[in-house]
Amino acid sequence: MSAPEKDIISPSGYRPVPDFFKILCQTASILTVLMLGWIIYEIIESAWPAIQKFGLDFITKSAWVPNRERFGVLPFIIGTLASSLLAILLAFPLGVAIAIFLSENFLSPAIRQTMRFVVEMLAAIPSVVYGLWGIFVIIPIVKAFGDWAVNSLGGFPLFSGPAYGNSLLTASVVLAIMILPTITAISRNALASVPKTLREGAYALGATRWEAIFSVILPTAAPGIVAATILGLGRAMGETMAVAMLIGNSSRLSWSILSPSGTLAGLLANQFGEAQGLQVNSLMYAALILIGITLVVNLLGEAVLRYTQKQTAGIR
Amino acid sequence: MKLTSSWALCLSIATSLAFVTSGRSQQISGAGATFPAPLYQRWGVEFNKVQPGIQVNYQSVGSGAGVKNFIQGVVDFGASDAAMSDEEIAKVPAGAVMIPATAGEIVFAYNLPGVTGIKLTREVMSGIYLGTVKKWNDPAIVKANPDLKLPDMPIQVAYRSDGSGTTYVFTQHLSKISNDFDDQVGTDKSVTFPVGVGGKGNEGVTALIKQSPGTVGYVEYGYAKDNGLSMASLQNKSGNFVAPDIASARSTLSNVQLPENLRIWPVDPEGANDYPIVSFTWLLLYKKYPDAAKLKAIKEFVNWGLTDGQSFSESLGYIPLPAPVVEKAKAALSTIQ
Repeated sequence: MSAPEKDIISPSGYRPVPDFFKILCQTASILTVLMLGWIIYEIIESAWPAIQKFGLDFITKSAWVPNRERFGVLPFIIGTLASSLLAILLAFPLGVAIAIFLSENFLSPAIRQTMRFVVEMLAAIPSVVYGLWGIFVIIPIVKAFGDWAVNSLGGFPLFSGPAYGNSLLTASVVLAIMILPTITAISRNALASVPKTLREGAYALGATRWEAIFSVILPTAAPGIVAATILGLGRAMGETMAVAMLIGNSSRLSWSILSPSGTLAGLLANQFGEAQGLQVNSLMYAALILIGITLVVNLLGEAVLRYTQKQTAGIR
Repeated sequence: MKLTSSWALCLSIATSLAFVTSGRSQQISGAGATFPAPLYQRWGVEFNKVQPGIQVNYQSVGSGAGVKNFIQGVVDFGASDAAMSDEEIAKVPAGAVMIPATAGEIVFAYNLPGVTGIKLTREVMSGIYLGTVKKWNDPAIVKANPDLKLPDMPIQVAYRSDGSGTTYVFTQHLSKISNDFDDQVGTDKSVTFPVGVGGKGNEGVTALIKQSPGTVGYVEYGYAKDNGLSMASLQNKSGNFVAPDIASARSTLSNVQLPENLRIWPVDPEGANDYPIVSFTWLLLYKKYPDAAKLKAIKEFVNWGLTDGQSFSESLGYIPLPAPVVEKAKAALSTIQ
């Protein structure tokens, strides 16, 4: 029998005082978990009257009529999902392309570093500034595009008129710019951490640069790129101020991306200040649904991440 | 000798400073409606010049939140565009007094290049917000404006997406003049219109109107005037078309018969020159203040606002209260203790 292992911290073999650092860390982590539980509990409690009154109809019905006490958030759920997915659709190819450009040696390191810094600076711009910029810059462009689209593609339901400046498309374009730094930065890190041996191996086998990027580097970095996309999606769904300023805040359902729409976060921001009675309960219910959607997206993201990690494990 | 005198000087400065900061300064805090916030904040600054001992701090959190804070007793006074309902007043143990402090008018602002001074009949006003009047050259609009050249352009409707007293007063008027509007939309601080696009705040709606030709929206007079938007003349109950300005709004206000509790909306004023969509906004005071110094400060401040303070209204786009209203408001103010 060997002697019991001695603690390296104290030569005498026992601790004279409790490990305060450990206690501090434990308390902090437990408090964080409790905090989340508390927030959700408070939201459910305030939402309870609305949950009892409307039940699942709240999710499947389309109505937001505070003076008649009819509430249903279907248009806002669809608006939240549609605006974020459209934003991802716009930002994903752009973000990954920038990430490839910045991680390969197309340019001298000094220029790449500067460009990377500039793209990441986009994340530092406050949301309300994006909103104002969207009003003055993006809206006129989208409106002009919309008028053209209605005339030439109007038969297609996604582009049916009339075209509005404050529309789903406007909000998505600005959201795409807002989540671009997230997608770019994380994808770039993933691409940059692809082992050097893999690249060299690809070139040694006679692959051209593009063959190496598309068949070796991108697949290897796929888990990181997926994670970047999910993070971007999460940010887009929770974004409030810029969207509330640009999307037109309508509670009508429409197929057209050129019509005004609304998101759950925007609804909360717009109506909480002046809400009363059942409207407050309904807004809390809407908040609960938003938390639920974000949770599902994050879980899905985690699942996809694990799946791609497993799939690409062989290459690494 | 010299040293002691300078010490004495220092000491006297220090004590007088302490006297000014802790002894005499009286803080009053208020919260509520966003619409009159620029005026109340200006009052706070100007009143502090007259009465340096009293500091008024007003937070524009919205009428609903203002009433909530007032009921909870976390502020010294509240402010609301919708006054307070009897149920809400019943929740205040100390009792509440509603004092009309200023007034605003809501305009139909529009963007139609080359067309100014358009006239809207009562049917057209509600029709636009019900989506039944769809084009600027609709026969109903053309009929009321024979001398204007109206384009064949769709009407884009803008409304407030956030809950607001402005929407409340506006929908109240439309519900009164149109049964269809009352059935389909009704009156509230936020409603669902069958058409249009929502902007956040007066500034959001103003931006919507400025950016797209063919857009019409309802905003406070001050915003429309500051942004140079064209404003429509509206038909009032007596059938006349009245342009929105300070004079026509004051005409409406002076014809109002204030009830005992001072809570009234001139929903559909009857005077020949009355502008149809005008509303007071109220300060909410407790009937009893336990702190005598605070009571005195609040009385002085509100009294100043009702008299000298009215002179700041017009430049900020508000309607100065007519003398009879000021008298009644002062009488109500004197009842608090």
